Amino acid sequence: MKVDTKLAQNLFKLDKEPHITIDQQVCATVCFNRACIAVCPADLYELTDREQVVVNWEGCLECGACMICCDHGALTWTYPRGGFGVQYRSS
Amino acid sequence: MERVECIVVGGGLAGLSAAYGLAAAGREVMVLERGDYPGAKNVTGGRLYLEPLRSIYPELWDDAPFERPVAREFVSMIGDRAETTLELASRSFLEERPQSYTVLRARLDQWLAERAMDKGAMVLPNMKVDALLRDQASGAFGRVVGIRAGEDEIAADVVVVAEGVLGLLSSNAGLRSKPEAIHHALGFKEVIELAPQVIEDRWHLNPGEGAAQLFMGALTRNLMGGGFVYTNKESISFGLVIGMDQLRSHGGQFQSWQLLDEFKQLPCVRPLLAGGTVVEYSAHSIAEGGITQVPKLFGDGYLLVGDTAGLSLNALLTVRGMDFAIASGYYAAQAAAEAIKRGDTSAAGLSGYETRLRRSFVLRDLETSKAIPQLMQNPRLFSHYPDAVCRLLTDLYTVGPDPARTISGRILRAVRRDFLSTATLKDLWSMRKV
Repeated sequence: MKVDTKLAQNLFKLDKEPHITIDQQVCATVCFNRACIAVCPADLYELTDREQVVVNWEGCLECGACMICCDHGALTWTYPRGGFGVQYRSS
Repeated sequence: MERVECIVVGGGLAGLSAAYGLAAAGREVMVLERGDYPGAKNVTGGRLYLEPLRSIYPELWDDAPFERPVAREFVSMIGDRAETTLELASRSFLEERPQSYTVLRARLDQWLAERAMDKGAMVLPNMKVDALLRDQASGAFGRVVGIRAGEDEIAADVVVVAEGVLGLLSSNAGLRSKPEAIHHALGFKEVIELAPQVIEDRWHLNPGEGAAQLFMGALTRNLMGGGFVYTNKESISFGLVIGMDQLRSHGGQFQSWQLLDEFKQLPCVRPLLAGGTVVEYSAHSIAEGGITQVPKLFGDGYLLVGDTAGLSLNALLTVRGMDFAIASGYYAAQAAAEAIKRGDTSAAGLSGYETRLRRSFVLRDLETSKAIPQLMQNPRLFSHYPDAVCRLLTDLYTVGPDPARTISGRILRAVRRDFLSTATLKDLWSMRKV
């Protein structure tokens, strides 16, 4: 089952500003394992054709695994502002 | 600056338990929750072990919105070419009162928030705390004096930090360290709707009863971790827990979410899920470092509770955290109420929190299980042993063209091959403290 299809079942309240930002300089020069791509359960990280790491932060489940697993400090990760982001109805 | 006696950062089970206790003790308490409602950001596997909590807020639990009392435990070992499941229905799980219940957090946390509000606590949703404030006058490590949320600063005699496992605020304020991959697992799950009758048929349950099923072995590609099913009233929670450090070290080979798809395709899993509809997909980090990773629990003006304090325990067959969260909130409330009454909310005044936790099951159980995090690093637990059990059983059930060996001969051969090597004997030796 595609992750997108599953994420579409969740209730998200989208803020205008991203709550995750990536330091491309660090990703391009220091990182060789791309832990963010491997761990993100929502499959939000991808490597572009130009070898840039981008994150589709809108579908974030707010688990924080990417932040914990990035050893290079490339991610600035906060929770979305109050009332924004995923709002679980069961979990 | 606005001022209240107690601020609780985070409306999860630990924070709400603290708020309930403080309000019940007549203290002024304000809970700040960043979600739309308490529970909106929270995820469990999940099952709550209620038995340890029976003496904590005994008036609460009879009316709690639990899903199902767990009457049956299943553990499935997944080998490379076979799978086997052990099923346990012990009368003792249900006698008089059930020891554990499946739960969904959105419902449970909102209910506990309502009970705290009944007692007089203020619970404010949509409020994200941006920083814990420390008293600058006494240096960088001054007393915690309040919080900042957006433009607002609120002062408090005691701040109960119940912000969850990531500990963003408390680590920024220098109250604990940042979470490390080696001590954490990633949990992620689908909530899959199924008719109650279907759930009861598939897990051999009487109406209203629940089941918990754990899976270990090849389903995690032999990484530390496993799968789970918890049956709710009208859905099941279906997911995986995998060690983060191992997961990231396989970067480039596969991604975490793919493992859940593979898990669904196992022959023993597919029929359990058939006809179900995925209604939610959620994820959460889990602290698995055990007692050695529990930070300093209190200081001048603050207490750390629940996941923020690293109070969780994955002991392979029993996975706990919510009972520790509720208990730590309870003891935090007792200690804080007492400290405020005495007029001393310094570290010395709040030290009753740790004393109580040490006397309680929370730190005692974590202490007893201190060897487990090390054991869980053993890859054979998640590859060799489940497969060996499956191979032995396959052998015993096989009728081939050649004359059969005796049953005892087959068992002995398997034991010699799979359970008496140097490595496995070493494992047995390391089990002695578990």
